[in-house]
Amino acid sequence: MSTLNPASQPALVDHAHAHGHHHTQSFISKYVFSTDHKVIGIQFLFTTLLMLMVGGALALGVRWQLAFPWESMPIFGKVFAKDGGQISPDFYTMLFTMHATVMIFLVIIPVLAGAFGNFLIPLQIGADDMAFPVLNMLSYWFMWPAIFCFGMSFHAEGGAAAAGWTSYPVLAGLKEAAPGSGAGQTWWLVGVTFAGVSSMMGSINYMTTIINMRAPGMTLFRMPLTIWSMFITAILQSFALPVLTAAGFMQLFDREFGFCFFRPAGLIINNAAPTIGGGQTLLWQHLFWFYSHPAVYIMLLPAMGMVSDMLACMCRKPIFGYKPMVYSMAAIAGLGFIVWGHHMFTSGMNPALGMTFMISTIMIALPSAIKTFNWIGTIWGGRIQFNTITLNCLGFVAMFVVGGLSGIFMAAVPVDIYIHDTYFIVAHFHYVLFGATLFGVFGGIHFWFPKMFGRMMNDTVGKIHFVLSFIGFNCTFFPMHLLGVAGMPRRYADPYMHPYLEHLLPMNQFMTISAIVMGFAQFLLLGNFLISIFVGPKCGRNPWHANGLEWSAPSPPGHGNFDVPPVCYRGPYEYSSPLAGDEDYLMQTKYLPPAERKKEADAHFHAEHDV
Amino acid sequence: MKKFWCLFFIFWPLVAALSFIVAPARGWWFPGPAASPLGSQIDDLFYLILVIVSVTFVLVMAAMGYAVWRASHNTEKSNFTHGSHSLEVIWTIVPAGILLFIALYQLDVWAQYRVKGRFPKGVLTAPIAEVTARQFEWRMRYPAPDRKFANEADVQKWLRQPEPGDLHSVNDLHVPTGTPVLIYLRTQDVQHSFFVPMLRVKQDAVPGLVIPVWFEAINEAKNVNPQLQGVVHEWVCAELCGWGHYKMKARVVSQPAPVFRKYLADLQREELDDGAKGAAPVAVVPGRDADLSVAGKQPVGGQPAVNE
Repeated sequence: MSTLNPASQPALVDHAHAHGHHHTQSFISKYVFSTDHKVIGIQFLFTTLLMLMVGGALALGVRWQLAFPWESMPIFGKVFAKDGGQISPDFYTMLFTMHATVMIFLVIIPVLAGAFGNFLIPLQIGADDMAFPVLNMLSYWFMWPAIFCFGMSFHAEGGAAAAGWTSYPVLAGLKEAAPGSGAGQTWWLVGVTFAGVSSMMGSINYMTTIINMRAPGMTLFRMPLTIWSMFITAILQSFALPVLTAAGFMQLFDREFGFCFFRPAGLIINNAAPTIGGGQTLLWQHLFWFYSHPAVYIMLLPAMGMVSDMLACMCRKPIFGYKPMVYSMAAIAGLGFIVWGHHMFTSGMNPALGMTFMISTIMIALPSAIKTFNWIGTIWGGRIQFNTITLNCLGFVAMFVVGGLSGIFMAAVPVDIYIHDTYFIVAHFHYVLFGATLFGVFGGIHFWFPKMFGRMMNDTVGKIHFVLSFIGFNCTFFPMHLLGVAGMPRRYADPYMHPYLEHLLPMNQFMTISAIVMGFAQFLLLGNFLISIFVGPKCGRNPWHANGLEWSAPSPPGHGNFDVPPVCYRGPYEYSSPLAGDEDYLMQTKYLPPAERKKEADAHFHAEHDV
Repeated sequence: MKKFWCLFFIFWPLVAALSFIVAPARGWWFPGPAASPLGSQIDDLFYLILVIVSVTFVLVMAAMGYAVWRASHNTEKSNFTHGSHSLEVIWTIVPAGILLFIALYQLDVWAQYRVKGRFPKGVLTAPIAEVTARQFEWRMRYPAPDRKFANEADVQKWLRQPEPGDLHSVNDLHVPTGTPVLIYLRTQDVQHSFFVPMLRVKQDAVPGLVIPVWFEAINEAKNVNPQLQGVVHEWVCAELCGWGHYKMKARVVSQPAPVFRKYLADLQREELDDGAKGAAPVAVVPGRDADLSVAGKQPVGGQPAVNE
């Protein structure tokens, strides 16, 4: 639709109108195997919210063991753990492995790219759908084989994969190495591959759509930052993911067909015969982190984009430094490809690599800092509205600052010698992935819910959910920094057998109680979400008085999205523009007479050149 | 309500800052000051970053809190601005300078710790022991007390094949205090990681690799265990190695050189004891008595034992 000539609009309205009537679809093709990007986005959202609860339950299992080691766990333990609810050490290793797997591959990546990416990209760029609708449908339905494989992993002999989500060989590569390294690990590898295929289909689609299907007038630098972030994420994804997929197949071949990519000769594991081979285990770490470090940004950038959109709207103020925001996201993505080695500082790789990776890693804090300053600049001088969305966005910024700053400790390679693989690391990445990304997602759910379902979510419940989550989150994860400094290693089923860690038990109990509060607070979100679909107050097209193209479509948009094909006249953040008259927003689609437009162009020139 | 939300966000940074202040007193901090010179340097770098980061954190949060406070009391239209070029330049260059400083300032300690050329003199050819990790224990192999290594090639030869005079122990590494010592770290099965928190030393044991790790333990009088005449440093595994990862409990004991030598002598007597009363321990000359009874010891690294 990008080639549309605005002059031909009236004809198109008729066409779109007629178009709508032709599409009477069966229930299955409308809601199940739908090729409509909105339905697919909402399917992704439902699935990931469900998986969020599964991953959360696994996390509570981990927390239970750390607070009350070897005591039977109520409810969850009764269902899953053996021996009357007691968590055994191998079950514990399985719990944290699958917690990470579910949260990363089935929640955070698909909720950002899958749910919001799908729902927002065509709406925000003014397209009627994705470039490849069938591919889009497949990208959702390839999630289910992944979910199925991870599920089967639990039922495999020896239990689910238990070698950490990083699956380092030889632990994960040899079936004898651990109970979970049997069939469970094979299912895990196949599951990750399916999740990868799903992401890849999405990425190809997003790139094509964003490049080719923008509405007339939607130049690259008029795109909302959400779209920029999705675009950059898609590029990251499509260049990094093949490496993980290849590595996954290599490990699969090692395990199933006797290859030895990652298996050196002469290892004696559990009294099995010595291994044959000439492989390198470090090769896996390099390949794995070559994907998984960019993946961290895949799990963060879209949330950054969404928060930028929401924050500008809720402060009624243009985003501060739009282009620096875009460039810093691009810088994060570019640098993101050359920092993977910081996961391997203690791995025994060449020490010169430690130095270069340290410098690139520390420098990646720079674009992150620029983004933070620009968010604060956006709030500065704005007229902020304290609703659930704003609170979650402020939560995002605050938590991102903590997560970003704690990253500097582990980027500094000598300091990392000590804190590597301790709870400091666990604190850091939860601040980034949960503290930042998930609060961004919570905000995004409240913000775009009206567009998804044509109704509003309850703001009071939203605020209670935010406060409980925010307090619970900080009380759970902030003390982890201190545990890390105290030298508590990760992935210990019972740290307290080491005298120097004994005194940390009360703190772990406090954290577990906070985690339980936070976990149960998520039912507020789910309840609010599900109930509001049916009983929330109806809203018009633009309940937030926002500028984006998506707000010019009906709520919810019909098949084909726009009843009037949109034409974009300006950037997405013209809040409180003097040209808007009495209103404090100026939609991207709003037509202004030439004289006004001249003023707008002049104002823009002045802003650009800082006059 | 506006006030509540502003205070809500300003409250948390305060709690965070406060928790770092009370943490050392409550024991939520390093397990004692570093017991090694390089460890002290690592601690200094940690505190340097902590100061920079804390100041940044408080300033950024204060700026955000103030911006939110102002924005919540604004009754006018928002300030219509798209940004400021000069501000962008400032907040790009200043953090870049600080970050670059942090990065470059770290390099030296890292080089001392890991770059072989910067290792303390002679330490590479005088290994104290070969440490082999396995599920779920650590095995020590000390060279015979009178074994001297001519050069690195000789050390490699010793690493390739156990020698009859070697001394063995499990989960208990003794080292002389006050002098840099070096271990060769390897694993017999999956990946493990050598982590001694008090010495601030960590190194993964990687299948197929033999990695030299050096450290220097300084004994502080108040920590000395009178029975051992040395300091016990707890030693754990820091890389997931299976279900028993948490229980790879071991210790590094740093003792004055004479006590350490006595420990080795005792170990030797114990290993060579054949039960004959009054028999003096046989001195073993490495390389000559290749068929001695120590062949019963498990060869390390999976190579078949030479047993003619």
